[in-house]
Amino acid sequence: MFVILAVILVGASLMVVAQRNPVYSALFLILAFLGLAGQFVLLQAQIIAVLQVLVYAGAIMVLFLFVVMLLNVRDRQAPEAKLRWQKLFGLILTIILFGLVAVTVAGEVRLGPQGEFTPQRLAELGNAQVFGKLLFTDFLFLFEATSVLLLVAMIGAMVLARRRPLGASSPPPAASSRAD
Amino acid sequence: MISLQHYLALGAILFAIGVVGVLTRRNAILILMAIELMLNGVNITLIAFARHAGNLTGQIFVLFIITVAAAEAAVGLALVIALFRGRDTLNVDEIHLLKW
Repeated sequence: MFVILAVILVGASLMVVAQRNPVYSALFLILAFLGLAGQFVLLQAQIIAVLQVLVYAGAIMVLFLFVVMLLNVRDRQAPEAKLRWQKLFGLILTIILFGLVAVTVAGEVRLGPQGEFTPQRLAELGNAQVFGKLLFTDFLFLFEATSVLLLVAMIGAMVLARRRPLGASSPPPAASSRAD
Repeated sequence: MISLQHYLALGAILFAIGVVGVLTRRNAILILMAIELMLNGVNITLIAFARHAGNLTGQIFVLFIITVAAAEAAVGLALVIALFRGRDTLNVDEIHLLKW
């Protein structure tokens, strides 16, 4: 099961990066997120898997698809040979980075003291119950701080994407001069 | 038996694919998508550690990472829309106003 999901995940991720059309990339990214949710279930993180499907595959990807289709980018002639070495260098640097990470991963992993939630205990308590209890006791402050973060992101997105800046007395010089 | 190393390797592969996307693609939206891939590579690493260390803090962290990713995607896509309105392009090679 792990192998099947991992193959789906890596294949879909490669297609995300390799596709020319952003719409197909977004659809493959949804497939990758679903595969990842399956991995989370295998790791006994059911609540995270549900959140992954709801938030990532649902909300975020709808946002991405919406923007891709809204903007309808048509400059497909882009590949001028301006930065032709960029791809090669990017690949080489990524392989070096992956090699470093792989060497670290292949070495011995020392986990430190074992926590109280062993897989058996987690199975009988229920992942969602334990998760919720922990979230609303030990991590309550972080949870509340997250709400402020989301509020800031909401306001920021609305301000950035609005058509005219606040205070119409000062029209945006760059945008208006470029429009005509 | 699937060990911790398998999951760590999977996370590393996902992160590396995301890095390739950020470094080689020119479309701003695709770069944002590749960043999501990188975040998910980290997510699976955290969950694997949470499982194998018997500690649920990793899962809580993943919840916060998902929240931050949602916020980042919203603000990033708003920036993309604003950029497209002002400059009529999404090619990050042509957006070099801050480059000296």
